[in-house]
Amino acid sequence: MHEMSLCEGVLTVLEDSAKQQGFKKVKTVWLEIGVLSGVEHEAMLFSYDVVVKGSIADGSKLEIIELPAQAWCMQCMNEVEITGRGEPCPSCESYQLQVSSGDELRIKELEVE
Amino acid sequence: MCTVCGCSEGETTIEGQDHSHDHEHPHEHAHPHSHEDHEHHHHDDKTHDYGQGPAHAHVPGLSQSRMVQIEQDILGKNNAYANANRSYFAEHGILALNLVSSPGSGKTTLLTKSLTDLQDELLLSVIEGDQQTANDADRIRETGVKALQINTGKGCHLDAHMVGHAMEPLSPEDKSVLFIENVGNLVCPAAFDLGEAHKVAILSVTEGEDKPLKYPDMFFAADLMILNKIDLLPYLDFDIEKCMTYARRVNPSIKIIQVSATTGEGMDTWYQWVKATHQLAMIGYQPKLEEVSKAKAA
Repeated sequence: MHEMSLCEGVLTVLEDSAKQQGFKKVKTVWLEIGVLSGVEHEAMLFSYDVVVKGSIADGSKLEIIELPAQAWCMQCMNEVEITGRGEPCPSCESYQLQVSSGDELRIKELEVE
Repeated sequence: MCTVCGCSEGETTIEGQDHSHDHEHPHEHAHPHSHEDHEHHHHDDKTHDYGQGPAHAHVPGLSQSRMVQIEQDILGKNNAYANANRSYFAEHGILALNLVSSPGSGKTTLLTKSLTDLQDELLLSVIEGDQQTANDADRIRETGVKALQINTGKGCHLDAHMVGHAMEPLSPEDKSVLFIENVGNLVCPAAFDLGEAHKVAILSVTEGEDKPLKYPDMFFAADLMILNKIDLLPYLDFDIEKCMTYARRVNPSIKIIQVSATTGEGMDTWYQWVKATHQLAMIGYQPKLEEVSKAKAA
């Protein structure tokens, strides 16, 4: 979808924390991306290299940690794991689900020098 | 963050504002660099400590790398702008609605019809988002309602920063309703909060009834779905019940209204929703003291 602008968002965060924390170079970036966030990993990796060219993160590695999505099933009265929106509960097939996580888009950690 | 998809920040233009970020300023400062001015950090030989290594093992001298935990949201900056917009709207008692749909769903027609019918009862203004042209803002202004065009250039969505910048030239009145017509796209605008009170997804019956399943993020993010062009149902193979079931499957609490902006059918229900939502948004709104005293003096 909009991986290019997300990567620009990542770079802004990197540049801001470089100023705050006083590092000059970013070597690896770990992103946590929920399965419901609508982000294509391949597109993210591709855009990342383009966006960071010439910046403090030039040549750095992007590692994506995929986070599962959880939902509360009203029928089972239980927390279940789902893989997409509009999908039924894996155990009772009900659609009455309250999605509780899975849309994360977070920079978790950096390796810097 | 001018989050513009497909890069090049300078593509966004807001009508009446020269808001192109020109990043190619010629740098003509000639600072003579005398190296005596710089402070050098001389490390004493016994304390070369390069901090924590990537494996969280503290091995001084082995690597200059260190780990930094930042736990920051990628959309954090957009969300901060969105929250600023939201407090601005709350302070001024403005109900902001973000209209999203695919291109060609009849969004602008629905909007012009709504503005014509509602402008005697409510104070209205419009932000129009399109990649290019001010055609839609012109169409809106023909109704007599004030409108501002934002061209996103290569961008596929409006972001909260652009909307914040639009506030000054547009200056929506206190206690008004602000319609934000997003770029026609059912994917990207879902992720970008503009500070609106509600997202309203418009789907026309000339599209597929399974769109809520194909683009679940948008229908999940929307509080209201408007099914438009229902006057064309007799000529189409569109299963309206199925469409509503799909939408509720993705978002059990979504409200659905069926309308035809051309014939006017169902439009009253939509107006009632706008008016009721506007009243709800007004709860807790207090005009600023100076405005109250101004009103008293007048």
